[in-house]
Amino acid sequence: MKLTPVITEFWDDPSLYTLDGYRSHGGYQALAKALKDTPDNLISTVKDSGLRGRGGAGFPTGLKWSFVPQNDGKPHYLVVNADESEPGACKDIPIMMANPHALVEGVIITSFAIRANHAFIYIRGEVPEAIRKVAYAVKQAREAGLIGTNILGSGFDLEVTVHAGAGAYICGEETALLDSLEGYRGQPRLKPPFPAVAGLYASPTVINNVETIANIPYIIDRGVDWFRQFGTEKSPGFKVFAVSGHVKRPGIYEAPLGITMRELLDYAGGMRDGSEVKFWIPGGSSVPMLTAEHLDLPLTYEAMAEAGTMLGTGTPMVFDQTVSVVKAVTRWLEFYKHESCGKCTPCREGTYWITGVLEKFEHGHGTETEMDTLNTLCGQIAGRSFCALGDAAATPYPGAMKYFSDEFKAATHTSADEQFDPIKSYVFSGARV
Amino acid sequence: MTIEISSGITESTRNEMRELAGRYPNPRSALLPMLHVVQSAQDEVSAEGIAACAEILEITQAEVTAVATFYTMYKFSPVGKHHIGVCINTMCGLLGGDAVYEKVAERLGATHNGPSADGNFWLERIECQAACTHAPVMTVDWEFMDDVTPESAVGVIDALAAGEEVWSTRGPKIRDFQATEHTLGMASDELATEGNCVDAKMLAGLMAAKGSNNS
Ligand SMILES: Cc1cc2nc3c(=O)[nH]c(=O)nc-3n(C[C@H](O)[C@H](O)[C@H](O)COP(=O)(O)O)c2cc1C
Ligand code: SF4
Ligand code: FES
Repeated sequence: MKLTPVITEFWDDPSLYTLDGYRSHGGYQALAKALKDTPDNLISTVKDSGLRGRGGAGFPTGLKWSFVPQNDGKPHYLVVNADESEPGACKDIPIMMANPHALVEGVIITSFAIRANHAFIYIRGEVPEAIRKVAYAVKQAREAGLIGTNILGSGFDLEVTVHAGAGAYICGEETALLDSLEGYRGQPRLKPPFPAVAGLYASPTVINNVETIANIPYIIDRGVDWFRQFGTEKSPGFKVFAVSGHVKRPGIYEAPLGITMRELLDYAGGMRDGSEVKFWIPGGSSVPMLTAEHLDLPLTYEAMAEAGTMLGTGTPMVFDQTVSVVKAVTRWLEFYKHESCGKCTPCREGTYWITGVLEKFEHGHGTETEMDTLNTLCGQIAGRSFCALGDAAATPYPGAMKYFSDEFKAATHTSADEQFDPIKSYVFSGARV
Repeated sequence: MTIEISSGITESTRNEMRELAGRYPNPRSALLPMLHVVQSAQDEVSAEGIAACAEILEITQAEVTAVATFYTMYKFSPVGKHHIGVCINTMCGLLGGDAVYEKVAERLGATHNGPSADGNFWLERIECQAACTHAPVMTVDWEFMDDVTPESAVGVIDALAAGEEVWSTRGPKIRDFQATEHTLGMASDELATEGNCVDAKMLAGLMAAKGSNNS
């Protein structure tokens, strides 16, 4: 399958991040078109396109928008989730750095469609370069009359606020993000009510991922048929895949949904010399791992679900035979333990215990009984936690056991570093081409 | 351009904080940005800064503290001139970030989330920076230093310590921690046009699609 640069098409133009640069490639045509349409029509168009959220869960975007009650007399809000902190996910930050106006144009169109007059872009605080590029795009759009009052003579008013977070993975969870944006500790809220009914300041709110919103101008400009020529019936369109790990050319590859991992690997130059795929994860550490036998599956929401995993953020991490699965899983659990917000017991206590036991395995001191203990612990977290972070934390271990139980058995007597010399996984000292 | 940063919570800092409060339908939404501004003024979240946030937002100091302590980017003792982050999450750590961290910690005489021996740097093992394609990743004052090796990372620290000019690999010239905190708090600065943040890895797919990737 061929690569299809759309959001990434003009990234080699160093002026793309400026208003003039973006406009020279047709930017803001979609906005002019959208403002002549009606909000209801725009929601229908996005529904018809079949676009699914790119934040991880793949929820249909148009459907989400349609949940916002209309003519309810309340202010509506759009909140862009630019918290990208999922281990392995690295596509929203590049989009904001290279093509911030695609996001800003998408924000204006989406706000018009859901009848919001104030939009917020919540960007994780650890990435100032993304914040300054988006802020600059917002500033230029405002100066050009694309944000503010009576945009392009349409009578539509919009304020856009760029907001920096302060370091907390949980703030990517949409309701925790709302609490954080209201100036509180970022802890998830009980759902329902869903944000579309009671979100920011208890008003109807749409929360979408950066890449989701960056798709909108292209769909509005080029139409549903154009969009649906890519991907599958259930996974229409294209995806900004970010391929990382032991490949020759890690980086951003935009392709239709349905491309296979093997094809993406080919574009990425294949594995580094002398190495082969041991395990890979389609989209963030929160989804179960796959192995070399899954390389020919199409990267779609449905095919990944059938294989027992998820497309997630669509940012494949590829590890070769030098990597200890025990060590990789332990490191991810250390992350979840650190990032657990502490609100509910299964996750707060469970991540603590799982990590402690895994660390024993990493050091070669696990026991066969503790392999069951880990299963039990994961079972007690999954489905019993207040939010999806708990479920995510319960994912890596069972996922790894499905294919690499031998390695955990070996870790009852031999440490991860003795099983796999860590230096061999390093990409420096000439190992990378 | 230079950003003037004074040592205390001056009237001009308070004005920035008030401006932030005015950006939101509910002023309390400005609390996180205001705490970044506090760090830009004082190199830490000081008692004085907490008091200023509480006063402007008309909430208690305990409420401000409860929020500030939740987020890892807020520090409660002085960071020094530069914040150094080394990503040790799975991708970076296993691809060499662990070795980078070890060397950097040794060079600085620092341990995780603490100051260097001379107080000029702050070292932190950081989690995934949304840059796994550029692993192993280091950050200086949260600006990207991509694809580091133990040697190149220590080289960056040496250059910073010597007051030499250092550029982010995908961003502007390195300033200092307080300047970055100002950028984060106000959610803007004058540096958007500085440096080129689109590199070969971000262009990898585009180049492959154009068929110009012949290696
Ligand atoms: C712990 C956790 C972290 C998340 N982090 C992000 C994130 O950084 N960015 C994001 O877009 N979605 C993230 N999500 C998913 C959001 O809750 C939400 O589903 C998404 O922003 C919806 O946008 P979409 O429909 O456009 O995908 C996270 C979810 C969880 C449980
Ligand atoms: S599952 Fe974890 S992150 Fe989610 S609410 Fe419970 S403690 Fe917080
Ligand atoms: S693991 Fe280091 S940037 Fe993702």
